[in-house]
Amino acid sequence: MITSSMMWLLLGCAVVTWLPRVLPFVFVKNVILPPIILRWLAYIPVCILSALVMTNLFDASGSYVTFNWPILAAFIPTVLIAIWTKSLSITVIVGVVCMATIRFIF
Amino acid sequence: MLKTDRIGEQEEDHFIKGVKDSLPTLFGYISIGIAFGVVGIASNLNTLEITLLSILVYAGAAQFIFCGLYLAGTPASIIILTTFIVNLRHLLMSLTIAPSFTSQSLLRNIGFGSLLTDETFGVAVTKRAQTGALGPRWMDGQNITAYLAWIAASVVGALIGKWIPNPEKLGLDFALTAMFVALLVLSITAANHTKIMHYLQLISYMAVIIYFLLHFTSTHIAVLVGTVVVATIGVVTEKK
Repeated sequence: MITSSMMWLLLGCAVVTWLPRVLPFVFVKNVILPPIILRWLAYIPVCILSALVMTNLFDASGSYVTFNWPILAAFIPTVLIAIWTKSLSITVIVGVVCMATIRFIF
Repeated sequence: MLKTDRIGEQEEDHFIKGVKDSLPTLFGYISIGIAFGVVGIASNLNTLEITLLSILVYAGAAQFIFCGLYLAGTPASIIILTTFIVNLRHLLMSLTIAPSFTSQSLLRNIGFGSLLTDETFGVAVTKRAQTGALGPRWMDGQNITAYLAWIAASVVGALIGKWIPNPEKLGLDFALTAMFVALLVLSITAANHTKIMHYLQLISYMAVIIYFLLHFTSTHIAVLVGTVVVATIGVVTEKK
């Protein structure tokens, strides 16, 4: 049901995903990070999450980067719901329903 | 909605509390996992291959990209290289979380690292912002719940894949974005007023930088470069 070339491909992907995840946990144990690095790391959560959100809002498929309008239209109510409810599951449910509605209409 | 939706105040370190705190993210996991299974079947992967991807790679965005590349007949070396780039952001996430667990054994640290995802990272940093620390048992609780839910949802998605030709119509692909939005809002609103204003300023820089980068790099390179640049701006513009 699975070929050996597929198995090697899956293992290759697993190793390159696993190493960046695990190495900091092995490395940070034995090293005390300087305060400047800790301050820098404190900005990583907000930066990474906003970068992930931003890349979804843009459409880079053409020669110029434009807004991805359907995604943007679902994004706005999703942000408002997130701020209002501070709830992960309500935000995800409302987001998916908004997206389905927008795709249904247009 | 569940009472556990609001991630709790200062509490003892319990596995079950970790399970409960991860429940709000489960809807997201389950819908994205099912969508992945459906997309996998549509990309000519079989149920075993889809299940192994979720067990071995365990990274939502990378698994979707894997399907797209595999369907296009991309060489294995390129698929592995792309997976590496897409998942390199986990290095930054692990660096952020690892300092909370330096007193734990090497084996447990390898466990925490192996099960780190965008979502478990988001839940963990929000928890840490609220309580000031992370418990190892709590971390295991949310990690193992998320891992098992992801694998189970992928299998379910693969099994029902034949009946859902177009998962995008149901808005399921937006679940991932909506989860990132919620995690972002939670990590910002946990801060004080001055900090919130600083974060909003950084997010507006991020919008400009990402827009600029997308003209000549892939999305995943843009995420990495944008994060490194804006975090550095954050340190430089910090109010002492």
